[in-house]
Amino acid sequence: MEKTANPTTKQTLIGTRVKKPDAPDKATGKTRYINDMVLPQMLIGKVLFAGRPHARIVRIDTTAAQALPGVHAVLTGQDATGLKFGFSRDNVALKDKVRCEHDEIAAVAAETEEIALRALALIEVEYEDLPGVFTPEAGAREDAPLIHDNFPGNKSLHFEFEHGDLAEAEAASDIIVDNVFRPHHVTHCCMGTSCAIADFDHNGKLTIWTQTQYPYNYKMDLAPALGINPGDIRVIQPPVGGAFGSKLDVYPYEPIAALLAKKTGRPVKVIYSREEEFKASPTRQAAIIHMRTGCTRDGVLTFRSADVLLDNGAYTSWGPTIPVIMMRTVSGHYRVPVVDFKAQAIYTNNPYAGSFRGYGNVQTTWATAQQMDMLADLVDMDPLAFHLKNAQRSGEVTPQKSFLRECALVECLEAAASASDYSRKRTEYAALRDAPGRYKKGIGLASSVHNAGGAKIHKSDGIGTILKMDDYARVTVITGASEIGQGIDAVITLIVAEELGVPLEHVTIVNNDSDVAPWDVGVHASRTTFIAGNGTRRAAQKAKAQILNAAERMLGEPTETLDLRGGQVVFERDGTPLIQLERLLRQMHFKAEPELVMVTDYYEPKSEPEGARHISDHSAAYSHAVHIAEITVDTLTGEITVDKVTAAQDVGRVINRMGLEGQVEGGLAIGLGYALSENMQIDKGMLKNACFRDYKLITAPEMPPLDLHFIESNCAEGPYGAKGISELPTIVIAPAIANALYNATGVRIFNPPMSPETVARAIHERRAQTNAGKVATPAEGLAV
Amino acid sequence: MMSVETEIRFTLNGRPVSLKVPATMKTLAMLRDRLGMTGTKYACGEGECGACTIEIDGKTVNSCLMYAVDCDGREVVTIEGLRTPEGLHPVQQAFVDHGAVQCGFCMPGMIMQARNLLANNPELTREQAQRGLEGNLCRCTGYTKVLDAVEAVAGKNTCGRATP
Repeated sequence: MEKTANPTTKQTLIGTRVKKPDAPDKATGKTRYINDMVLPQMLIGKVLFAGRPHARIVRIDTTAAQALPGVHAVLTGQDATGLKFGFSRDNVALKDKVRCEHDEIAAVAAETEEIALRALALIEVEYEDLPGVFTPEAGAREDAPLIHDNFPGNKSLHFEFEHGDLAEAEAASDIIVDNVFRPHHVTHCCMGTSCAIADFDHNGKLTIWTQTQYPYNYKMDLAPALGINPGDIRVIQPPVGGAFGSKLDVYPYEPIAALLAKKTGRPVKVIYSREEEFKASPTRQAAIIHMRTGCTRDGVLTFRSADVLLDNGAYTSWGPTIPVIMMRTVSGHYRVPVVDFKAQAIYTNNPYAGSFRGYGNVQTTWATAQQMDMLADLVDMDPLAFHLKNAQRSGEVTPQKSFLRECALVECLEAAASASDYSRKRTEYAALRDAPGRYKKGIGLASSVHNAGGAKIHKSDGIGTILKMDDYARVTVITGASEIGQGIDAVITLIVAEELGVPLEHVTIVNNDSDVAPWDVGVHASRTTFIAGNGTRRAAQKAKAQILNAAERMLGEPTETLDLRGGQVVFERDGTPLIQLERLLRQMHFKAEPELVMVTDYYEPKSEPEGARHISDHSAAYSHAVHIAEITVDTLTGEITVDKVTAAQDVGRVINRMGLEGQVEGGLAIGLGYALSENMQIDKGMLKNACFRDYKLITAPEMPPLDLHFIESNCAEGPYGAKGISELPTIVIAPAIANALYNATGVRIFNPPMSPETVARAIHERRAQTNAGKVATPAEGLAV
Repeated sequence: MMSVETEIRFTLNGRPVSLKVPATMKTLAMLRDRLGMTGTKYACGEGECGACTIEIDGKTVNSCLMYAVDCDGREVVTIEGLRTPEGLHPVQQAFVDHGAVQCGFCMPGMIMQARNLLANNPELTREQAQRGLEGNLCRCTGYTKVLDAVEAVAGKNTCGRATP
């Protein structure tokens, strides 16, 4: 027994503020991001982009580029023929036909970037421009130019979900709102630009250093672009400068780096400039959403229908798959008894979309949350009361069979409304709407629902975890869970310290090498704290059981009387220390029948595969968030200033409070940019604003004060009760601002962003209509 | 085709440096590619994001816009130069403690700018910090925790000149 140690009472770390373990190195510039990496013998790869949206390649001559001193390889479409990859096998690393502005036509590996750029300039390409397709409506026309020979009618993915009798529900509705919403193209703007480094060994095995956020399926997706076996790919994930969904697929620069490495026998690094990043990295999916929602005179929802047309762009990445989530919102955002959902993606010659934080739900909630507000207005109810009337409670099941086991929507609504004094302000601001004065105040409420326990869109939504302890009681967690800045490192550290009673700084995480760490689906779908949190906790509990069993044998005290606290084995009842943990571990290790603490766990959440009919409990948890935005509108310039945001979110249980706040604040900032200023100006397939000067992110002065409320619904399946949280903040804020704008000015914006030009024009038009004696009904509500 | 190289001498994080650089080379490229100082980041290359912020003679600049030859005879401080023998600079420590670091890519520039603002105005208010950090883009944090960190350091007079 240790003489010096004092009794240790149990102090939980759950819900405390834990620092990110990698923060000191990042704050001092010591962290070596992939962008900073240099390998011996490394060549620099650069890509020649088409710079035109739709064309046939008549001739390509690389002779002069090949001859330039310092150039080691030049590749064209001929070097990648047949190596199709992507969700619909419609993409290839280097193209033989141009289908969008950033199509990769040729690539060079050279000793320096300067030489590589000079070589690109020496490549001669003769194009024959073809008529292009720049909207999904145009692409769907019978006489539209065909973008891919094997996709007739330019038809890409199609989705449908129906529930109940639509005609009957429409007949039973007193009010129906009917609008077309056009969520626009935006892009991730990761501060670290896209980068990959590839190197082949002489056994034909590829090592790729990449920013990917899904290392295991990444192997499966990259392999066909190279014609190799996925098992021959080792994925290493150095620290990255952001991802936000943009690295959830393979994009051509990655197989290009690998093809150049194969050709030269040397490591090749491809890294984008900011302009290339804007043009050639994925976008958020743009959509045309024709939505109708009905309710009775007393404010009960009767149905919701959505007919969605998606601008697929030139190739199919995650973007056109968003209807999988869109339909969950259409069918599950409040109690909707009858649902009709259709979505069709049409190939165009525009940039193509990937996944982006809020995946599909940003676009859908933009529509559903505004129509909720319109219906409340038309039945003359306080939107809060309207929302409460239709809000689901714990135990309800949506038409798609999402089982809302622990549902805190009502609590979120009440917390946000009460903290912001919503109902009083809404009435007051609406009364002042048409009073004199340039500046108008408004308040708007919006909410949404999102998967919060993973999303079983693959065959597995699981994670593997290996936990080992050394002779000094230092813990290493080898996990599939990727770190892209979101803070799973702090969560894992916290959980291990909680379970094994070791200091936070004694936990090391290895999660960046696919040859070492076991399977995980990736950082997406707000899943990592939920899934990796459970995996880590289970592994730590197995290690704890092994340690306490050994302690029982050595100390003669039954395991159920023991606990691990403060780096010691203690009596559970009063914390009396019995032996230092590291000493016990050494005794376990160096005895006649030695044992090491090294445990494995595979955790698969209790959720059902999405399935072709989309009727399944596809997530192990669901969560709601409510945002209330308070704004000031300059009616002369159309500028919206967000004065304050009150956000209430069902987080299940707070794990790392500091990380949680950071995710909500950061998610909100991305949502604010989407709402107010970010907009890819694409003219006939060509991006016109490929720089931060013309593509406006939210900056520090524009960030409003936030009042965050975390509702703890204690999710039975979640780690310590936690749910996944990171996407809802991005999803809900834009329609909250739109509803505030309506409250302030009486105008509705259907096509984001709510830029000053758009808002000023809408205000001007409303005034013109009002002056002409027309009744302005921005909600376009129909009394049936 | 090699461009003309010029020999320059300057002080980098308190130590004398001399090297030859092409006339067209930017300070950012010199720091990263010639001197191995990769703490300073490239994120836009045109002075719009602040990720490459360094300090020259006590003033912050976007190193992506400044020619390397213009460092000649001057005092240059990068993020690597803020560290003290005792460990992290108080501003760096505040960023860590307040959860201001997520992916962290913009943080070297953000911290250089924040430290400079505090050195020039030890009583910096939150609103002044918001305005002073307008040129530093961050995609992860929503700036809230960055401002919390700056507010925590303000008033403590910990940001005298960074140069040792």
